Amino acid sequence: MKSITRQKPLEEIEQQLEGLERAYIIGCGTCTTMTKTGGREEVLDMKERLQGLGKMVTGWTVIPIACDEMTEASLKENDGAIRSADCLLVMSCALGVQKAGSYSGKPVIPALDTLFIGVEDKPGYFHEVCDQCGHCVLGYTAGICPITACHKGLLNGPCGGTNNGKCEIDKEKDCAWTLIYQRLKAQDRLDLMRKYQPPKNSQVIPRPRLARIL
Amino acid sequence: MAQSFKEALNSGKFIITSEIGPPKGTNLEKMRHHIDLLRDKVDGLNVTDHQSSVMRFPSIGGCLEIKEHGGEPILQMTCRDRNQMALQAELLLAYTRGIRNVLCLTGDSIPIGDHKEAKGVFELDSVQLLRTIRQMESGKDLGGNALDGAVEFCAGAIVTPEANPIEPQLIKFEKKIEAGAEFIQTQAIYDLDNFRKFMEYARKFPVKILAGIVLLVSARMAKYMNENVPGIFVPQNLIAELEAAPKGEALNKGIEIAGRMIAALKKDSICDGVHLMAIGREEVVPDILAAAGINGHKP
Ligand code: SF4
Ligand code: SF4
Repeated sequence: MKSITRQKPLEEIEQQLEGLERAYIIGCGTCTTMTKTGGREEVLDMKERLQGLGKMVTGWTVIPIACDEMTEASLKENDGAIRSADCLLVMSCALGVQKAGSYSGKPVIPALDTLFIGVEDKPGYFHEVCDQCGHCVLGYTAGICPITACHKGLLNGPCGGTNNGKCEIDKEKDCAWTLIYQRLKAQDRLDLMRKYQPPKNSQVIPRPRLARIL
Repeated sequence: MAQSFKEALNSGKFIITSEIGPPKGTNLEKMRHHIDLLRDKVDGLNVTDHQSSVMRFPSIGGCLEIKEHGGEPILQMTCRDRNQMALQAELLLAYTRGIRNVLCLTGDSIPIGDHKEAKGVFELDSVQLLRTIRQMESGKDLGGNALDGAVEFCAGAIVTPEANPIEPQLIKFEKKIEAGAEFIQTQAIYDLDNFRKFMEYARKFPVKILAGIVLLVSARMAKYMNENVPGIFVPQNLIAELEAAPKGEALNKGIEIAGRMIAALKKDSICDGVHLMAIGREEVVPDILAAAGINGHKP
């Protein structure tokens, strides 16, 4: 499982950096290294691009796992370079951006857009697997998530837009409900598809979502 | 007093419904013209709900117009744009204004429409919306709270008889009937033999089936639909017929084909009626009915 990210256009990064001349760049050694959006190479590339925009880069680091407790320790080691920066330009997913933001008190600028939680199908190709809806229905849908794999998040079967196993929004995308149907049929469990599924609870944990798990 | 759609459905006669597409904007002239033209010729007039995810005058607004002009509206309701609170509120409004028929749809996806960055809601699906109506009829809303004044609707849904694979569609069709659908308006059908087979299956269920008839206006349109519209299959012989029509006559040929199909469906009592979709050419619906040998349909 990975946080799937995409670099923002340089233009947007430049807009966010308005009035901020000195940046410290933070990459992540986990998800964004694997997706090649915020690993060592991309951080160094960003350094050059920022310099090309006339910005000063006070330093950079690639934190092993930007979303966990180590972020604080890693950033402490680079305290000097961070202190002399106007902002942190973060090339991790949004979890790391928030972590860095809470640690340093410096303005944080995301260099990436966090797209979804997904897996890699082949190098460079990812698909979303879970929307963390709070009430998992995979047990009824042959392990295929209807919330993320079906464009409309339908629970009671396919819409009328499904066509030869593809989704109405894109002939390249599989229709989740055709996949669910095929897998349930192969398992001889189509009765699960005939069962009525009530509307999903959109407030399993009202936002902000907090959980205490014992 | 004209017959209600529900009475017509239960009368055993061959049902005719048609649809009205509301305008993009506040100029209601054309829609009113179509309502005047069709209201006495059909048993019910559907009003589309931002069809193809193109933002328009609302379905309920069109239904109110039909009501004010003495017609029998069928409110198309998709789950794309409203959460469960908004859907229920609209059902309350519809009921108090004499709208008694609702067609429950999931709704087209946002990216195919003209507000490509809008949020698609899809909190409920068509099956859940049907059940919502039945629950509200029992005097309770979806939250389980008592309603001060319940609703009562003739509720329907759709099916795509030409879908591939067909079984998932049929499973959903059966769920819709279990959820309380009283009538089904199908996606466009063109191959009567295929449709006959579908009807052999569908006849087993306590629901009225109205075959969807989409007017073909050219061979190009037919080919386009074959390639791009899910669940629509126009057989080659109909395309050839349209191609063979003299220049400027393709529309008339399309009217003839639609009329012929309706006549055949009616003659052999293959289904309970038809739902005419003349997408943008509502003014020729009377011609289609005439071609089918049906005139002054409604008492
Ligand atoms: S149903 Fe889908 S979105 Fe919800 S928890 Fe399960 S996998 Fe995640
Ligand atoms: S075509 Fe399939 S995946 Fe796409 S919205 Fe419809 S049911 Fe969902």
